[in-house]
Amino acid sequence: MSLRSPLGTAKGLGSAKDGLHHWWAQRVTAIALIPLTIWFAFKVAVLSQSDYQTVIECIGSPWSAALIVSLVVAAFYHAALGMQVIFEDYIGHKAVRVSAIMATNLLLFLLGAAATIAVVRIALGG
Amino acid sequence: MSSNNRPLSPHLDVYKLPLSALISIVHRGTGAFLAIGSLALVCWLMALAEGAESFASAQSFFGSFFGSLILFGWTFALFFHLANGVRHLIWDAGYGFEKEAVEKSSIIVIGAAGFLTVLVWIVAFTFSIGA
Repeated sequence: MSLRSPLGTAKGLGSAKDGLHHWWAQRVTAIALIPLTIWFAFKVAVLSQSDYQTVIECIGSPWSAALIVSLVVAAFYHAALGMQVIFEDYIGHKAVRVSAIMATNLLLFLLGAAATIAVVRIALGG
Repeated sequence: MSSNNRPLSPHLDVYKLPLSALISIVHRGTGAFLAIGSLALVCWLMALAEGAESFASAQSFFGSFFGSLILFGWTFALFFHLANGVRHLIWDAGYGFEKEAVEKSSIIVIGAAGFLTVLVWIVAFTFSIGA
């Protein structure tokens, strides 16, 4: 027997039943990001005083490019999930909240796409 | 029966946040900061993809005082969020909820974040590949 009132059902209130996927995806991306961010931070540190050619070769080598694309996908997905929770917690007005989440998702997708295109171009020597 | 000594709910403006609560909100703050700061990563990769000239101007920006300040804050936020994220994963697995454990892991999180931040900057200033 459902405890939800008919009015609640009609208004679409209650769980959307996809909270577990959100929670789980946030953990999976978090775990992936532990080695990826440590590796990338120290890689960039080592390259901070290098010339253009060295940086191109080091960032664009096949494994390096693959790892950076993985980092970018995991990081922006993780960021989108996290920003969604922040908006859900602090923005009371429904239309503003939904708009903020949508705008952030689209913007983070664009940034992730831009970073991926950049790495692919570096790797292919465009 | 007197009710004078009953505990009151905490009034947040006169309530000193325990370290664990402070870390909790800073975790969220650094998360949002890193999401915004990802723009720096995208700009750096885009500049590198565009060619030697745009890469040189990106490097000179990040090498400037203001650029370095942003990067320093960025690296600390990254390592703080990383260290506290690992603590969250340990909590998710069901460990470390006792008060003593939480107080201890708070210190470890701050220590690890500080250590990794200093280490990555030492590496940046002392090691380098190529010219």
